[in-house]
Amino acid sequence: MLRLEARQRTPAWLNLTLPLVAIVVTLILCSGLIVLAGAGVADAYGVMFKASLGDSYAITETLVRAAPMIFTGLAVTLAFRAKFWNIGAEGQLLAGAMASCFVGAIPMPGPLAMLLMAIAGAAAGAAVALIPALLRVRLKVDDVVSSLLLNSVVFYILMALIEGPWKDPFSGYPISPPIEDSAGLPVLIEGTRLHLGVLVAVLAAPLVWLLISRTVLGFRIRVTGENPEAARYGGIDVQRVIVIAALLSGALAGLAGVGEVGGVHFQVMSDISPGYGYSGIVIAMLARLNPLGVVPVAIFLAAVMTGAEAMSRATGVPAFLSDVIQGTALLAMLVALLFTAYRIRRSA
Amino acid sequence: MSAVLEQVFQVGFLAAIIRIATPLAFATLGEMFSERAGVLNLGIEGIMLLAAMAGFTGAYFSGSLWVGVLAAVAAGALMGALHALFTVVLGLSQHVCGIGVTLFSSGLAYFLYRLIFGQQSVPPSIKGFQPVPIPILSDIPVLGPAVFNQFTLVYMAILAIPLAAFILYRTPWGLSVRMVGENPRAADSAGVSVMATRFQAVVLGGALMGLAGSFLVMAQFNAFTFGVVSGRGWVAIALVVFGRWDPWRSAGAALLFAFVDALQLRLQAAGLGHIPYEAFLMLPFVLTIVAMAFMSRNAVAPSALLKPFRREER
Amino acid sequence: MTTLPPLIEMRGISKSFGPVKANEAVDLAVAPGEILGLLGENGAGKTTLMNILFGAYQPDAGEILVNGKPVSIRNSADALAAGIGMVHQHFHLASRLTVMENLLIGIPGKGGRLDRAGALARLDDIARNYGLHLDPDQPVSALSIGEQQRLEIIKALFRRARLLILDEPTAVLAPSEVDGLFSALRAMAAQGLGIIFISHKLNEVRALTHRCVVLRHGRVAGRVDVPAETTALEMAQLMCGHEIVPPERGPSVPGAVVLSLDAVSTGGHGGMPLRAVTLAVREGEIVGIAGVSGNGQRALADVVSGMLKPQSGTMDIAGKRVAAFTPREVQALGLGRIPEDRMTTGLVTNLPLADSMVLPRIGTEAFSARGLLKPGAIVAFAEAQIEAFDIRCPGPMVRAGALSGGNLQKALLARELAFDPKVLIAAQPTRGLDIGAARFVHEKFLALRARRCGIVVVSEDLEELLALSDRIAVMYEGRIVGVLDSADASVSRLGMLMSGAGGSA
Repeated sequence: MLRLEARQRTPAWLNLTLPLVAIVVTLILCSGLIVLAGAGVADAYGVMFKASLGDSYAITETLVRAAPMIFTGLAVTLAFRAKFWNIGAEGQLLAGAMASCFVGAIPMPGPLAMLLMAIAGAAAGAAVALIPALLRVRLKVDDVVSSLLLNSVVFYILMALIEGPWKDPFSGYPISPPIEDSAGLPVLIEGTRLHLGVLVAVLAAPLVWLLISRTVLGFRIRVTGENPEAARYGGIDVQRVIVIAALLSGALAGLAGVGEVGGVHFQVMSDISPGYGYSGIVIAMLARLNPLGVVPVAIFLAAVMTGAEAMSRATGVPAFLSDVIQGTALLAMLVALLFTAYRIRRSA
Repeated sequence: MSAVLEQVFQVGFLAAIIRIATPLAFATLGEMFSERAGVLNLGIEGIMLLAAMAGFTGAYFSGSLWVGVLAAVAAGALMGALHALFTVVLGLSQHVCGIGVTLFSSGLAYFLYRLIFGQQSVPPSIKGFQPVPIPILSDIPVLGPAVFNQFTLVYMAILAIPLAAFILYRTPWGLSVRMVGENPRAADSAGVSVMATRFQAVVLGGALMGLAGSFLVMAQFNAFTFGVVSGRGWVAIALVVFGRWDPWRSAGAALLFAFVDALQLRLQAAGLGHIPYEAFLMLPFVLTIVAMAFMSRNAVAPSALLKPFRREER
Repeated sequence: MTTLPPLIEMRGISKSFGPVKANEAVDLAVAPGEILGLLGENGAGKTTLMNILFGAYQPDAGEILVNGKPVSIRNSADALAAGIGMVHQHFHLASRLTVMENLLIGIPGKGGRLDRAGALARLDDIARNYGLHLDPDQPVSALSIGEQQRLEIIKALFRRARLLILDEPTAVLAPSEVDGLFSALRAMAAQGLGIIFISHKLNEVRALTHRCVVLRHGRVAGRVDVPAETTALEMAQLMCGHEIVPPERGPSVPGAVVLSLDAVSTGGHGGMPLRAVTLAVREGEIVGIAGVSGNGQRALADVVSGMLKPQSGTMDIAGKRVAAFTPREVQALGLGRIPEDRMTTGLVTNLPLADSMVLPRIGTEAFSARGLLKPGAIVAFAEAQIEAFDIRCPGPMVRAGALSGGNLQKALLARELAFDPKVLIAAQPTRGLDIGAARFVHEKFLALRARRCGIVVVSEDLEELLALSDRIAVMYEGRIVGVLDSADASVSRLGMLMSGAGGSA
């Protein structure tokens, strides 16, 4: 019989290779679906790659899509490091989008508008994240379920607003009024959609890394996440640390919404996020909760999503393959993670 | 106001409540079995969707609705087994796996549906279940036509509630389920296999979620659309908490939610929608969060929920 | 002896966990009607041996015979089928289910349903035969600890166990409850059941058992055929394996009071609260805190460590009044702390050792400035302590959980001693350590005493307290019921006080 045996130490090479192994396994598993759809595996993945990373415009499109995923990936990473189980990045993103759109629609000088949009979006995301955090530390309410359910609450608030009082009077669709033109995030490369928010997202990753690994707060977050009892004995106010981690996490998820409003959609609609908040969980796990790993993983998943449309047009394989890849990658990574803590031994 | 009251006591309104409640009751019971055994199944949203897809496809090609139901149940049970493999056998974190199962199975459902049916301007549909009146009982005024002139799946849901309660509270297996959800070590030392019991409960839960999915495509919409589940899985998770992990209360919670939902639809139809309908839709979530805040003091959630169990820990 | 084969026989049982040999070539047998004492210090391998018998672990070598026939016990179901029942130290009960439901778990039903009627009949039988009564419809959460233990015993009898294993059953009981337990056990033995009674309390073993096996470092250190006629000292020597030699200890020259508690009372927070505890510790002395587990020692350690704020009373450290009772405050006043549970309270097993070593003082300027860590200083500190305390590990960045218990305890000592505490409180400082590591810890305490530190040692190991302390305070039901100079103290006098029968000291 095979059984799992705890490892004393995780070899360093495993930490780097496991996500790659998980991704390769995912692509192999999903190639079965491509075959089922009657297309060539190399063809399909080839088109997918070319359309997402094959030329500079494609790369900018992929990066634009990666930006919100980097933010939600960082949000989940930070929260999970403190073992605050924030499944609510989706709702926090929506809250951030709404708040920034609301601020962006007020006429004021562009740079000021952008700054206030970012602040409002981050604050709104943090406020949403605060609810499950306070419920957990004050009333011991399970954060997994409460943060998950809040996604639906925020979504319905958004729907109620854009179908009701906040509906754009000049549009037949349920969408919010657009932000001021001057409040839109500047485009970095002429002729592309690559906006300032993408740069901010990429720069946020090392900042979060610094926060977690080089500051006293980060130390407290790590210790609280790994062993709250030892943290408390060591003089750490565990509840405070969890609330701070939740606020920061919510703020990061809120910034994902700010980028989408300020740099991509310029208004709020019901499908402003195709599940970026949930993708954040996939990304954080694949990145092994390392903020620096979030960027490449987010770009990879963004490339899959961007490339899937082109693949569908070229080969007839439904573009929903990208959703399957995301789910499979998360499950494959979870199994792979098992091998960092355990190894398989044959037992008599 | 009297117009509203008239609406409420219409036969059609009562029947609508029952029909809205049916898939929720199945899903809620499914989630409840899983959670009573100590396994949170956040895969429910995706499992229901995949089951709905499988059910619709099965019914569409076989021409038999019951083949469709079987396909949905099988798909649900299979995804339940997948979740159990990850969380029970491998002991991986339940919430992350649940999100993974939801992402995976909803992606798979969309993919396979598009693969099988292509992109059509008018989505294919089937002739769904027809109401089966129960002799005599269906003649009771108001209640009769509302409750006893329903789809067979509705009757199954009504019977599933006492059956679930019986299994959970009166059978050795049900006791094992409750024990592995409360104190797996105690079950283990009494010779009960924690892993097998949890696995069975999660698979049974998945099968019930499959039934829920089948009802949506074969009795409610008679077609598969991408929004066919649209958060009903999350609602079920809320209802389990709201129903305090008890079959009767959970089913009651489903009925209550269905009432509010049906009322909301009627009010809209009657042009009485002063309050945005989203307010009603978010109600179960808000109420559940509030309920959790009050309940946690005398914690009623299964003690071992979210906790993997491994033997020989040292 | 009788000609019947033993109920149970273990032959040559060995079991290792990694490099640790928990059991080595252990032989043991229990005859029908016999109460066998299994004696040994914490970490001697008693619990492991019984877990092997109950199927929780597989032995690396050796065999188990039931009624003379070899059996393989792969899990608790096998053990139950072989007629073995076990009452674990931590009860295996679901507190929200009823007594009846806890009894029926794992029992096949009748016609697909739980067999309540049959269970009630069996319950009656058990009550009649052994005098063990419980209301079947009460939830377990409503039972006292003693009643929960009774339920565990009934559970085993309900499954028709022929051999009952009790792992330290008296640790959780009040003295009055112990008598009830003993008479029930004697009644069972009289009806032909075999009983293995695990304990490290010598007097109980002498009073109850017919025969006894002493384990030391996983091996059988000796067998006692007539416990009642063997002195506690002889048994203690078997357990410890040597004449108990106290470490070199100069005379105590206590100075000013560095830690004082005045009428400190706490609320009941899932344990025995403190009731008006007054205690003074002076510089240059070691004060031992003795008591049966669960008599308020934990609350005392928690209050002193800044983990629990008292409801009333005051505490001073080095002449300064403690106000907030937080770890940071007591630390800043010069208190060092060694927690009772190294793995869960002291260290973060999944993070580098260095992180655990700086954890309590991470916010001080030694390890951080303006909110930023000083990684160089952290590693340098850890390396210096690893060197100074001879902590055996690959380096400061290794996962703390990879270290042995002795080395972890050294690391915890190092992290406190590096900051020259004026007072040190250590809870169960040598529990689970081998003799070498325990000796190291004791020597450090004595060196600290020589450097005029005041030290409080909370321990359940009386020999340790007698060897180490200048004075010993005994706790009973949340109070300090006596303080003895160690010159006047003896195991028997301390035992009297610990059982609440001491009167005034």
